[in-house]
Amino acid sequence: MGKKLVVVLSAIVLVCCGTLILNQKVSAAGEGKITGTVKLDGPAPHMRGIDMSKDPYCVKANAGSPAHLQTWEVSSGGGVENAVISIQGWTGPADVEKSVPIYDQKNCMYVPHVLALDTTQMFKVVTSDQTAHNIHPLPNPMINVGWNQSQPPGAPPIEKSWKNAEVIPVQCNIHPWMHGWFVVVKGPSGTTDANGKYTIENVPPGSYTLQVWHEPDQTETAKVTVTAGGTATADFTLKAK
Amino acid sequence: MRTHLGTWSLPKWALALIVVAVMALPLASWAQLTNVDIASRDNMESHVGNLTGRVNSDSKYNYRRYCVGCHGDLGDGNGEVAQWLDPPMWPKPRDFQLGVFKCRSTPTGTLPTDEDLFDTIARGLDRSAMPQWSTFTKQERVDLVAYVKHFSPRFASEKPGTPIVIPPEPEVTAERIKAGRDVFARVQCWKCHGVQGMANGPSASTLTDDQGRPIAPFNFTEGTRPKCGDTDRDIYKIFMTGLDGTPMPSFADNIKPDEAWDLVFYLRTFMAQPSKAKQIAKGLQLPPVSAQ
Repeated sequence: MGKKLVVVLSAIVLVCCGTLILNQKVSAAGEGKITGTVKLDGPAPHMRGIDMSKDPYCVKANAGSPAHLQTWEVSSGGGVENAVISIQGWTGPADVEKSVPIYDQKNCMYVPHVLALDTTQMFKVVTSDQTAHNIHPLPNPMINVGWNQSQPPGAPPIEKSWKNAEVIPVQCNIHPWMHGWFVVVKGPSGTTDANGKYTIENVPPGSYTLQVWHEPDQTETAKVTVTAGGTATADFTLKAK
Repeated sequence: MRTHLGTWSLPKWALALIVVAVMALPLASWAQLTNVDIASRDNMESHVGNLTGRVNSDSKYNYRRYCVGCHGDLGDGNGEVAQWLDPPMWPKPRDFQLGVFKCRSTPTGTLPTDEDLFDTIARGLDRSAMPQWSTFTKQERVDLVAYVKHFSPRFASEKPGTPIVIPPEPEVTAERIKAGRDVFARVQCWKCHGVQGMANGPSASTLTDDQGRPIAPFNFTEGTRPKCGDTDRDIYKIFMTGLDGTPMPSFADNIKPDEAWDLVFYLRTFMAQPSKAKQIAKGLQLPPVSAQ
């Protein structure tokens, strides 16, 4: 029995080392990308309208097209917006995403509704509104450190980052309907557009398990293999709970 | 039982080690959630002035005698009495494990200083079940600060924030009160606190704390004390650091230090407590700011 265990253990070690060495060799040849679509199985849930009468500014700002909840933004083709696709167990560098995305408070809503971030990636909170907001992310204090800052009209941008991977809800206490998400993942990620399409750029060749997240806590996984300079495809289908 | 495969060999003791390690995994995660983890921080210290506080038999005794009823054995705010406290009238006891505190001299999102916690114990928290523990000696209080800190892993891994710089308090004048009124209008304090500081702003009724429990904004006109102290410096600190864990944000990016004093003076004019600002304001007859 002891012999068997040793054989199995050695085999595992060999395979792991082999994979690591192979991966390193191939990644030097160039990076690939992953693309795909996230669709909803079944009819799009009804998103009820938002009563903004608490703040006349907000009512006026949305007079053209009344605001509604953004839990499910589904296109006519069934594409799901605001889903985040990331790579499980990313072992590459923690700061691959170098851009500094903007999180805007516009017409008393968060734009975008969902912002995917790499760990330690900087982002900017700005306000386009002529009414005061407070931006109040609510991480688990054991994972990330939360804060709560005021942004009255004309407030300067706030630059922040999150240290650890976590799905962090964000709210405005002044406008209780304002609700958004920071989806902090390790490594690169893609967020679906209005048609449910996403792309993850600059992925080193290798085999990966992808994870899709959709609010409030939906997750699905899929396996892909990325080749040097190639485009791998992974589609997901979600069900509205 | 000793086996060989080329140069690979796995003695009995190594196998035993692996088995023990695998068995210890759930144990380790369990320790995260219980006092095993907390006990590992028994060497926590606090420093206020030239006093050093420690987790010792004194602080343990005092905590278990006076604090445990609300804050609980594990400092998680789940003491026996906690269930009878109904927010917003009676805020729930603080969960010390989270390391998130209202009354700080440090910026939002940072840990308070030892002195902040030391002051809070003696001051108590007005309009809550937390009394003023001014009967403790300073040494007992500083020991309790160490005891409170040892509940949270954050105090073991993070440093407290750098206290905000508060310029010396200027002389209160009519101009400063008027300027404070402009700040009150510009950063829209009235959204929650109301145009006359009566806690009846349009957003007052829907406020919740970080745990989603209802919470009320401060009513300046009632004659009660602000939760984090009622000196001018305390009021300055409240809006420049924010009350973490509550809807009250930090205004540090949007109010300059000198303007902050103007706002303190304007807020004084709402308060029932007599003050020079209130006296000057009587002659000014300032109308409330517009709720727009």
